[in-house]
Amino acid sequence: MSGPMVEMRNVHKSFGGQQVLRGVDLQVTQGEILVIIGRSGGGKSVLLRHLMGLLKPDQGQIVINGQEISRLRGRELDQLRERFGVVFQGGALFDSLTVFENVAFPLREKTRLPEEAIREKALTLLKQVGLADMGHKYPAEVSGGMRKRVALARALTMEPEIVLFDEPTTGLDPIMVNAIHRLILDLHRRVGFTAILVSHEIPEIFGIADRVAMLHRGAVVEAGTPEAIQASANPVVRQFITGDPEGPIQPD
Amino acid sequence: MRILWLLGGWALTSLRGGGRMIIFLGTALFWIFLPPLKWRRMIARIHFIGAKSLVVILLTGAFTGMVLGLQVFYTLTKFGSEAFLGPAVALTLIRELGPVLCALMVTGRAGSALTAEIGIMRITEQIDALTAMALNPMRYLIVPTILAGLIAFPLLTAIFDLVGIYGGYLVGVKLLGIGEGTYFGEMETYVDLWDITQGILKSLSFGLLVTWVCCYKGFYAGYGAEGVSRATTEAVVLSSVLILVWDYFVGSVLL
Repeated sequence: MSGPMVEMRNVHKSFGGQQVLRGVDLQVTQGEILVIIGRSGGGKSVLLRHLMGLLKPDQGQIVINGQEISRLRGRELDQLRERFGVVFQGGALFDSLTVFENVAFPLREKTRLPEEAIREKALTLLKQVGLADMGHKYPAEVSGGMRKRVALARALTMEPEIVLFDEPTTGLDPIMVNAIHRLILDLHRRVGFTAILVSHEIPEIFGIADRVAMLHRGAVVEAGTPEAIQASANPVVRQFITGDPEGPIQPD
Repeated sequence: MRILWLLGGWALTSLRGGGRMIIFLGTALFWIFLPPLKWRRMIARIHFIGAKSLVVILLTGAFTGMVLGLQVFYTLTKFGSEAFLGPAVALTLIRELGPVLCALMVTGRAGSALTAEIGIMRITEQIDALTAMALNPMRYLIVPTILAGLIAFPLLTAIFDLVGIYGGYLVGVKLLGIGEGTYFGEMETYVDLWDITQGILKSLSFGLLVTWVCCYKGFYAGYGAEGVSRATTEAVVLSSVLILVWDYFVGSVLL
């Protein structure tokens, strides 16, 4: 396929007078893992929400596989959403359902597969994230790391082309961070989805990203390979990846 | 000048809120008529709103009836017409207190919990997760709840009325010595089918009102624990006020 799979052109969004995105330009190639870094509250989650069609840009365009999505409604929007898998920040697991039922939920609701096939598929997914024996537990009964893995399994049930990760490792211990990253890489290699990841985990994300984009004050200030970003001369990027409290970015 | 400014701002905010609530109801009603209906979720909701409210309804129903028996008897003795205790208790319950008190009690017990549950689903992104899966949260969350309200409220009200009438019987007949035949016989003469229909219509409208307000408040809950707690309080207060206001208007139209 020619051209980028996902493209954001000059996307603006503000909430009640507060500008969150001020002209985001971003391209994602099919099959790559793109990591978006940037400060908390810098508009990263808002950007992901635009891709899911949960928010509409005030200005600018979002094009997915050549289709402008900000004008889509109803059925067409649903069809677009079906091509996405989303791993939400807190997991967003349905807490009235068990871990197994959470993973099986999209299959039960969106397909006419027989119960047998649903069981098998959900179990395979749970096995892939290393939670085969946790199916009967409720989300509240498992650890934070497990919840994120369940969310990952659920995001993959419908075999999406694009998977969005909203801070998949925030709040986890370093071992779990690396375990989740390895899991993402492993599944990416096996399933071959395009991944867009929002993360603060520096330097860990440099190990899994094909490309990194830095979002600052509502715009992408630099995008490139992990090596290029690490060697960047841009003072904003430098300060962010070294975590220096002194510099162009002022802690509030 | 400043007061006008504030007043205008307040009016605009309430108008916008009201409009959003009505659009929410409109969308929900639209989805009610669009199959498939989520049966299991609806039955779970009926269990939650209905079956789990039984104890509260039985207790309040019984004591309301007993209090009515006592107070109405006292009033009626002043005119020497204690014989009409039966119809007085029954009409008060069936036309007015049954639907209203039942709705208020269910708001407190189930409505607040509904708002909190939906609000928590909102702030933990579970509602967004549904949307992102291309599953409509209206169909999965709101429609089953509203239908459950429409089914559970009249049933609970009927139970409330029945228990209340027996509460009145207990006090009036067993304690204060009215004849059993007088209590029920006069009731049969003076309570029309229209009174009962009116009570049921009221409870149906309350079922819609309470589930609508509580779902709406949860669905648009603000951020964090504070947002959910505020939504819950607002849901209970608004439901309760609307129940009483609506009761007056429906009462005056149906009378």
